[in-house]
Amino acid sequence: MKKLLTGNEAIALGAIEAGVVYAGAYPGTPSTEILEILGTHKRAEIVAEWAPNEKVALESAIGASIAGGRALAAMKHVGVNVAADPLMSFAYSGANGGLVLISADDPGLHSSQNEQDNRQYAKFAKMPMLEPADSQEAKDMVRAALEISEQFQRPVMLRTTTRINHSKSIVEFGDITKHPKKPYEKAYRFDLVPAISKRLHYELEDWLVKLAEYSETTPLNYIQWNGKKIGIVAAGAAYQYAREVFGTKASYLKIGFSYPLPLKKIKAFAEQVDALYVIEELEPFMEEQIRAAGITCVGKDKIPNTDELSPTVVARALLGVEPDMVEVEAEAVGRPPTLCAGCPHRGFFYQLGKLKDVVIAGDIGCYGLGGAPPLNAKDLCICMGSGPSVAHGLQETFDFFGENKRVFGVIGDSTFFHTGMNSLLQIAYNKSPVVTCILDNRITAMTGHQENPGSGFTLQGDPVNIVEIGPVVRAFGIQHVRTVNPLNQAAMKETLAWALALNEPSVIITRWPCALKKYSEADKKEFGDHFHQCVVDAEACVGCRTCVRTGCPALRFDKTAKKTRIEPSQCVGCEICLQVCPKQAISAAGKGSK
Amino acid sequence: MSDVKNILLVGVGGQGTILVGKILSNGLLAAGFDVKMSEVHGMAQRGGSVSNQVRYGKEVFSPIIDKGQADILVAFETMEAVRWSPFLKKGGQMVVNDYRIPSAPILTGQADYPEGLLEALKAKADTTVIKAGDMAEALGNPKAMNIVLFGALVKKMQLSDIDWPSQIRDNVKPAFVDLNLKAFQAGQAAV
Repeated sequence: MKKLLTGNEAIALGAIEAGVVYAGAYPGTPSTEILEILGTHKRAEIVAEWAPNEKVALESAIGASIAGGRALAAMKHVGVNVAADPLMSFAYSGANGGLVLISADDPGLHSSQNEQDNRQYAKFAKMPMLEPADSQEAKDMVRAALEISEQFQRPVMLRTTTRINHSKSIVEFGDITKHPKKPYEKAYRFDLVPAISKRLHYELEDWLVKLAEYSETTPLNYIQWNGKKIGIVAAGAAYQYAREVFGTKASYLKIGFSYPLPLKKIKAFAEQVDALYVIEELEPFMEEQIRAAGITCVGKDKIPNTDELSPTVVARALLGVEPDMVEVEAEAVGRPPTLCAGCPHRGFFYQLGKLKDVVIAGDIGCYGLGGAPPLNAKDLCICMGSGPSVAHGLQETFDFFGENKRVFGVIGDSTFFHTGMNSLLQIAYNKSPVVTCILDNRITAMTGHQENPGSGFTLQGDPVNIVEIGPVVRAFGIQHVRTVNPLNQAAMKETLAWALALNEPSVIITRWPCALKKYSEADKKEFGDHFHQCVVDAEACVGCRTCVRTGCPALRFDKTAKKTRIEPSQCVGCEICLQVCPKQAISAAGKGSK
Repeated sequence: MSDVKNILLVGVGGQGTILVGKILSNGLLAAGFDVKMSEVHGMAQRGGSVSNQVRYGKEVFSPIIDKGQADILVAFETMEAVRWSPFLKKGGQMVVNDYRIPSAPILTGQADYPEGLLEALKAKADTTVIKAGDMAEALGNPKAMNIVLFGALVKKMQLSDIDWPSQIRDNVKPAFVDLNLKAFQAGQAAV
């Protein structure tokens, strides 16, 4: 059977076919779908779980590997930063059952805060790395990675990029093999105390020599001869772009096993061609090693190390060719992403944005859009879990210099469980008057509605105990905790004023489901199962535009008539526009159900 | 360079470009082509501009369509046709839905929806304009406008020989099969 699959679908299929028994992840674009798909399989086939964060996901996969099962952990590139601590050390221990770490990088920052090149992690941790260039390879390389992992006792990184994860190409299905469990044996190598780790570092260097030899002979690195003029070394999506641009006018050394590199093979290839091009996305990862081996090549002197590559970028850099484009004489107005109609974050940011002398440290999630016009509320965001802790540092420093500023740390429910709990503990322990706002929309929204420890369901949708944020926060010793419905503007405003009047750590939990969430029975009980759509009384509307300054995409301001209209196909009845209208021109008349 | 054809579907998150891309690529696969398809996920979906890119031929390498490469650009929203027009190949065709979705700066009154876009497109490219929204509404559900546009695309790309009705049946909920088959026919008849 063959089917069109995304890279992520192919990776999940590869894991099933190769007998992975434990898979863990924290959602993150472009890696999320791997676990979503594995979660559709029965527990007898595979144990697939959402973890609170990537470090925990990898650590559990490490446990599974040590126990003797085949294991997989999947995460986006910045997730590997979170998991770097166990990764760097487990690289010394090495795997028992095969362990594959999927690192899904995001060149071009389609949905990320940076575009770091995680191939560096393979070299940094001294672990083998594979890079697929399409979905078939993505599937096949999961099995290959697990086999290499077991043969060399190493964890293996399978490094993908957005264009591999989210592009579909043809995949031939294989057989599902039941892989026998390896015996668990108490071994010194899993107990990383200094004396053991010192010895393991020597052993790791020996393994690397063996892996370098393997890289020279594995069919994952192969040459396609077309001519001797230009030779191209490339891996992953960059290989596809190279093929697109150079076709049969160049020969290719296609790299699938990219750490350690097959440097002897590359040298021999280079010696047979007039010019060697190293075409790679982001950093000169291969190029630096190739140059260090004394091989002359063309690379980042011509190809940019910023943004993602494309055939156009490769052709421009290496051939000086520009695309021949149609030039239409008209301009499109920008279409930035916005908070959805009915988003509970809108009610929160609308009130928070009105406060003076405050600094708002945000976090990773849909509420990242709280800094965009017209809300213009959030000041900054660094990484997941950083909202409260960055806020703490800001507050301590403003206070040190006697600067009259209050700092808000804003974080979501899933991100609170991810690493935000540690962040808040910093505030509780070191007692800064930061106002921490936990925007609990009852789901991990941005990545497409994944369950989390606070949502009441597992990856498979099985009911599970709900971890309530309020009791967790109180257990940290924070005395001032309030839960508020962010859609209620008067209550939201009053709650913010309450927190600002305190000179101690405080927490505001805004609790209302994501507007796109499919309500559970518990949600229906707590939040109601129907809503009233809003309509504008055109007679009463004075065209002041106060309502459109909430940024709700269901509102349409007609410049000619100077009236607002509400698009019924979009309105989900959050009633924020109704509350902010100074002329009471909006009413909640229509009906809708969840 | 090669026999590879490039179909670029553009629109606004939620307009159903992904479903059309899925039906299209599965049909092309069944017809024996090598196919690659790319789509946008994550943050860009929150009301942003989205594209779905389908490439097919004997052997396809790059999963993405680059500037100046699309044989046909199907715009589910008028302003998106302009935004993505640099991706059209010189001599390529456009199918443009005469349907406006104002973006955030327009909704808040900071900008106006530009006028004269269809004329500007027609002046530089082989452009077919259809009112897919109205046509779908006449069939009973404006949401089926994506399949109206799909019908137009199939006709324009001379892909009518492929068994699209069975692909539609495989990819939409049973309750919507009849509606979508009608929408598909209407789209083909409109160009």
